[in-house]
Amino acid sequence: MTSMTSTDGQGVAVQLTGLRRTYGALNALDHFTLHIAPGELVALLGPSGCGKTTALRCLAGLEDPDSGRIEVGGRDITSVPTSRRDMGMVFQAYSLFPHMTARQNVEFGLQLRKRSTQERRTRAADMLDLVGLSDQADKYAHQMSGGQQQRVALARALAIEPQVLLLDEPLSALDAKVRTQLRDEIRRIQLTVGTTTLFVTHDQEEALAVADRVGVMRAGHLEQLAAPEELYARPTSEFVADFVGLTNRLPGTAVDGHADVLGGRVPLLDGSATSGEVMVLVRPEGIDIAADPAGDATVLSGSFLGAHGRVTAETAGGHHVVVQVPSSAVAAYPPGTRVRLTARGDRALAVRAE
Amino acid sequence: MSGNRAAARRKQDVFRWVTIGVCLLFFALPLYGMLEFTTRGPGGTRSAQTWATLLDFGKVSAEYPALKEGFLASVGLAVLTVLIMLVLLVPTMTWVRLRLPGLSRTVEFLCLLPLTVPAIVLVVGLTPVYAWVTYLLGESTLWLSLAYVILVLPYAYRSLDAGLRAIDVKTLAEASRSLGAGWGTVMMRVILPNLRTAVLSASFLSVALVLGEFTIANLFSRKNLQVAMYELGKSDAQISIAVGLAALVFGFLVLFAMSFVGGPRSATAAAPRLRRTRKESP
Amino acid sequence: MVPFFAYTTVFLLIPTLVVVIGAFLSGGRPTLGNVRALTEPAVISATQHSVVLSAVTAVGGAVIGAVLAYAVSTARVDGVLRRFVASLCGVLAQFGGVALAFAFLASFGATGFLTTWLAKVGVDTGPGLWLYEWDKGLMLVYLYFQIPLMLIVFLPAVEGLRPQWREATETLGGSTWVYWRRVAAPILFPSFVGATLLLFTNAFSAYATAAALVSQGSPLLPLAIGNTLTSEVILGQENIGKAMALEMVVVVAVAMTLYAVLDRRSSKWLAP
Ligand SMILES: Nc1ncnc2c1ncn2[C@@H]1O[C@H](COP(=O)(O)OP(=O)(O)O)[C@@H](O)[C@H]1O
Ligand SMILES: [Mg+2]
Repeated sequence: MTSMTSTDGQGVAVQLTGLRRTYGALNALDHFTLHIAPGELVALLGPSGCGKTTALRCLAGLEDPDSGRIEVGGRDITSVPTSRRDMGMVFQAYSLFPHMTARQNVEFGLQLRKRSTQERRTRAADMLDLVGLSDQADKYAHQMSGGQQQRVALARALAIEPQVLLLDEPLSALDAKVRTQLRDEIRRIQLTVGTTTLFVTHDQEEALAVADRVGVMRAGHLEQLAAPEELYARPTSEFVADFVGLTNRLPGTAVDGHADVLGGRVPLLDGSATSGEVMVLVRPEGIDIAADPAGDATVLSGSFLGAHGRVTAETAGGHHVVVQVPSSAVAAYPPGTRVRLTARGDRALAVRAE
Repeated sequence: MSGNRAAARRKQDVFRWVTIGVCLLFFALPLYGMLEFTTRGPGGTRSAQTWATLLDFGKVSAEYPALKEGFLASVGLAVLTVLIMLVLLVPTMTWVRLRLPGLSRTVEFLCLLPLTVPAIVLVVGLTPVYAWVTYLLGESTLWLSLAYVILVLPYAYRSLDAGLRAIDVKTLAEASRSLGAGWGTVMMRVILPNLRTAVLSASFLSVALVLGEFTIANLFSRKNLQVAMYELGKSDAQISIAVGLAALVFGFLVLFAMSFVGGPRSATAAAPRLRRTRKESP
Repeated sequence: MVPFFAYTTVFLLIPTLVVVIGAFLSGGRPTLGNVRALTEPAVISATQHSVVLSAVTAVGGAVIGAVLAYAVSTARVDGVLRRFVASLCGVLAQFGGVALAFAFLASFGATGFLTTWLAKVGVDTGPGLWLYEWDKGLMLVYLYFQIPLMLIVFLPAVEGLRPQWREATETLGGSTWVYWRRVAAPILFPSFVGATLLLFTNAFSAYATAAALVSQGSPLLPLAIGNTLTSEVILGQENIGKAMALEMVVVVAVAMTLYAVLDRRSSKWLAP
């Protein structure tokens, strides 16, 4: 892989400043600002329609922002056309040229750059090797699986040694198993080549797994940008909390840095409401469950999810609570069982009760 | 900030309107010619006389018996053709799917064969066959429908095939059989209702084809609408052209209306149905 | 099942066999005379005219129709414009024969409104006889149904071009020109050639329009075939008609087979 050394660890910084993009009355991007450090992989996470694709396409030049600045490597490229931006892009699906083989697809960008046949050959072979498809070089798109097509698309994007790699939900059209596998591989390859990367997804697990930092988007702007552990442990808003798994909303009382909820006491995250009646956001894995005829909650249902399981119970106050349990324990709580629920010591987020 | 994209989009808009405008103008000219011709009055004036006559069914039949005869013949032919086509194709295609998948290639081949046999060629080959038809069944124009069924075969086959593909005939039939339905019931109560759209579009295409058919009728010296228009065109072109224009506008309205029913992609839904197809009569 | 095969045998296979066998019979005896008669000057020139007319209107219709199809494909998917053009072309593609001939007579004929109007602005198009000539009027008339047919056949292919392909080309450093030359054109090429073949057979086998416009002689193959059926000519002439019919079937069958092959290729590329 010597021919790739030119990009190793030489990523460039990306700076998006105050991007706005409207479609009629809709603000797809609303003062969107994001800095990506050289060689970093930032994932944009958010629900469908929040503007992730628009942000990525503005960076690629496939969409014009109404206002704002785009800088790559310190150079303002806001009005540079796509074809001269030097960005590798991987789309959700179906982006391979159907009349070319995998190898020809990978060579296409190099051909446009007038590289010698020899160089093209070597580089295409290296790239296909990197994505593990050396034996599929002469296949056409319609002869390959969805996962293989995405690998070729990745090889094609990387072949031109782009300044920035852009991935727009590259895994959402694939099935679960291929998805995790390719996800890890994208991360491995990105670390190998060191290209600055923007990765767009609506899947929080995916974002947390691949990124150096995750930006949670909401209605066209960044709600929080932080490393995965940080985001997971310290979400700063209800919206982000919901996105990183704090899905139970329970009434409680906040008292200087702690909240009393479900008969237990939990520490509160920064940015929480600090006193009075609050809603406390707690993870399913932050609650203990125990069968107890004297308990004040009733099991409604249980489900296996592979490694672990989930039990849904209703409290005396009528709130539904989802609790994560080992999958072997699901059978211990058949619907109708009286249980006691206790909030554990994990940090939770408290918001003002409306 | 107006960027590269906006400029490209504006250029594309201009291109689209210019291209479509020029083509529509070309399409509109002869149509306008028809309208202009049918509204010519004596001495260079405008007159709606022709159209008034056309709308007055009693008057048309009295003044232009040939037109009436041709029109009725074409309507009869259309109905008969559609009936024979459906009776012939629907049970056969369903049955092939259910029980005899081995025959599906043969059936497809036979149904698509007429695409390579132009109407004019069919006339040549049908001459001896029609000698027998006339001998056995008589002279009636309506027997032309026997040949028309062959003409519409590829179009009808494609529509019905698409319809059968969309429903799972086998499961449907097995489900109803397991509930105790006989084959007749399965056909009439289960398959046909599910094929409604396909049957409709096959019928629509067939009707359009039959109403526009000229070649076979003319060469067999039978009088259908097109032949009547052709002959009338020599003596009273105005009424003949008016009929042609009316038929065209009617056909357009039906297609345009049909493009609004059904799914969001139906604007061009007629297209896949017409793919690989070829009108014989132009 | 049985009715279907019986019916297609009587009304499709037998007529086809009548043509095929009849082409090699004369007075009940096998002969190559009919086929040899295809080399007579009149038949040759009818064939030539038919081929030229069909080829020119196929290529012309295909090029113009393809541009129109692309223009339509840039409009909104369920917009009224697209529905309007698609429906109009659906009708016009089938608008052949008598009515079409009359429409052109009413516009370009001796007293047609365009002829009159052109004369007023000083352009003399003559007495309108050019309309009846196979290489002038007929070409224009045939284009009138070839262009709409092209739109209908080709629009699905153009719609099959994915925006990702253009965007991928751009990100890889290609201009619009590169996209069209290296990506769109090669992808559309099989569909385009296939559609052109379809248009060719469409024009080649068309009878009604020509019959309604041309009253003198039989400059085209379909008219010549029709002639052998209607005129009471020398015995054996009808078998020459069968030979010409066979010639026509062969040409059409070759074109349709090529079309089917190309269509299969492009549907693999453009499938969703
Ligand atoms: N071309 C467009 N025309 C109109 N609205 C658009 C267009 N592209 C995107 N939008 C709207 O902008 C918003 C953001 O879209 P997008 O960036 O694609 O969201 P995401 O990728 O996060 O799902 C959405 O509400 C979408 O409907
Ligand atoms: Mg998106």
